[in-house]
Amino acid sequence: MGNTGLETAAAPAVEIPQPTVPEWKRKYRKFVKNPIGIIGLAVVLAIVLISIAAPLLTRHDPIEVNLEKKLLPPVWQENGTWEHWLGTDDVGRDVWSRLIYGARISLSVGFFAVIISLTLGTAVGLLAGYFRGKTDFVISTVIDIMMAFPFILLALAVIAVLGPSLMNMILVLGFTDWTQYARLVRGEVISLREQEFVQAGYALGSQHWRIIWRHLLPNCLPSVIVLATLALARAILMESSLSFLGLGVSAPTPSWGYMMSTGRPYIATAWWLATLPGIAILLTVLGINLAGDRLRDMLDPKVD
Amino acid sequence: MALLTQIIRIILVLFGISTIAFFLIHLSGDPVLLMLPPEATQEEVEAFRRQMGFDRPLSEQYLHFLSQAVRGDFGNSLKFNQPSLEVVLERIPATLELTFYAILLSVLIAVPLGIYSAVNRNSLAENLVTVMVFLGQSMPIFWTGIMLMLLFGVKLQWLPVSGRGTWAHLIMPAFTLAVWVAPTTLRIVRSSMLEVLQQDYIRTARSKGLSEKVVIYKHALKNAAIPIITIIGFQIGKLLGGAVVTESVFAWPGVGQLVVKAIYTADYPLVQACVIVLALIVAAMNFTVDTMYRYLNPKIKSG
Repeated sequence: MGNTGLETAAAPAVEIPQPTVPEWKRKYRKFVKNPIGIIGLAVVLAIVLISIAAPLLTRHDPIEVNLEKKLLPPVWQENGTWEHWLGTDDVGRDVWSRLIYGARISLSVGFFAVIISLTLGTAVGLLAGYFRGKTDFVISTVIDIMMAFPFILLALAVIAVLGPSLMNMILVLGFTDWTQYARLVRGEVISLREQEFVQAGYALGSQHWRIIWRHLLPNCLPSVIVLATLALARAILMESSLSFLGLGVSAPTPSWGYMMSTGRPYIATAWWLATLPGIAILLTVLGINLAGDRLRDMLDPKVD
Repeated sequence: MALLTQIIRIILVLFGISTIAFFLIHLSGDPVLLMLPPEATQEEVEAFRRQMGFDRPLSEQYLHFLSQAVRGDFGNSLKFNQPSLEVVLERIPATLELTFYAILLSVLIAVPLGIYSAVNRNSLAENLVTVMVFLGQSMPIFWTGIMLMLLFGVKLQWLPVSGRGTWAHLIMPAFTLAVWVAPTTLRIVRSSMLEVLQQDYIRTARSKGLSEKVVIYKHALKNAAIPIITIIGFQIGKLLGGAVVTESVFAWPGVGQLVVKAIYTADYPLVQACVIVLALIVAAMNFTVDTMYRYLNPKIKSG
């Protein structure tokens, strides 16, 4: 009963073209029909696989310093070798190796930060939208306060105080980016509350948590998931920005943002140091955004 | 009534901002150890603790901080040895200048492209615009900056790579920020134009024989303006956040660069002042946009 309310509300009197095709299959076909979303998804999956298989894809330790081999260019340039096909950095570490190990940092920071912010934001949004009144006022004010801080500034200040580490980065990103979910879910719940299937729940004497858990939450999930993919992209960008400013994961650990900050002084002589990690970020975030965008179209009943 | 709620809310937001700024430095436990170098002696630590008032109970410190903050006193910057607020205010014009031109540039990029892609649907140009939106959204802002630097500063040597002073200095940082916010504006322009173009009054205008130019720029754009103005206003916050990174890349002497330096040097009174001033600007902008939105859009007046 939980899902039927929204579907009947969303689909007007128009006849559904293929009633025999199950809902999920239609959505799946909608997703597959446009190759852009699939390409995005494939890129993301490829990067995930590469980061998992990193030890198999390189013979070099990403943090091994070799001062005799510093600033070697990529293979397609003069003096480039296949030994270090994307070159080496200012202390002779293999760029390819650091890039693929760096993917682990970016992806895991993004993933866990999103899990925290999604859970927190959705819970808070459900409460605010469902109970309205004072609860809503307090929560909305807190959201306003959080949103008044430029996201990166808050993250920056907190990391500076707590000290840079992988864990702190995840916590900070998770606990600063929940407001978007809260806003979204609150809005959806306010309109869902008035719908018949929820009202029916009241009439049947269902308890609050039951209505929230069985009826409201499942109906909010599609938009929450779409937001989460875009938030994942944002978290990865944010991690790279913080690492770039020197407030990310601590020094020898390979992180894309940190690689770029150490590569920046060499842009005139060793362009690849600051350029390649940026391309890695671009590809990852682009893949996520493309897949997320298609996902939104797929879940949105208004887009055919 | 709605205005009163808004005013109460903005006061609460200000209060919340200062509260966060206060507790920020207590997050790690002892703020004194945070601000002094690790080699400081026990006596130096204690003397500093008394001087900064950190020996008093937390509640007392908090009330003191709030009452000082209301008067614009955030204590002296440890590094500059002058009131933190003064240091911040000196840097504000640079940041506002950068933000202003970034918005201007982003509007100049986003509005024409958005309109064009809404009017010419399914053309090659529309697909190109979509690709640009996705690329713009996926580029790390500092990378955009570095790539511009590499191309126009190092290779072509057309523009200076850092600092502030002439128009030439402004171009790369402003463009970097513009590229960062333009995709969102472009999407909003496109979607609100698409919506407006389907309306009956557009058909009426066309059937009256008005030229397509007049229909699009006079009738459609005017009606699509509200969401566009709103999103531009809300982007100020995002831009100030982006300025933190961009200013650091281009050594642009604004508040963003100042706050990063203050964090590096553990100058926390200055960090607090920066955070509060920037958050104040964002809160004020959000409030203005909200009010303007209510004023412009009669539909939500009751809400």
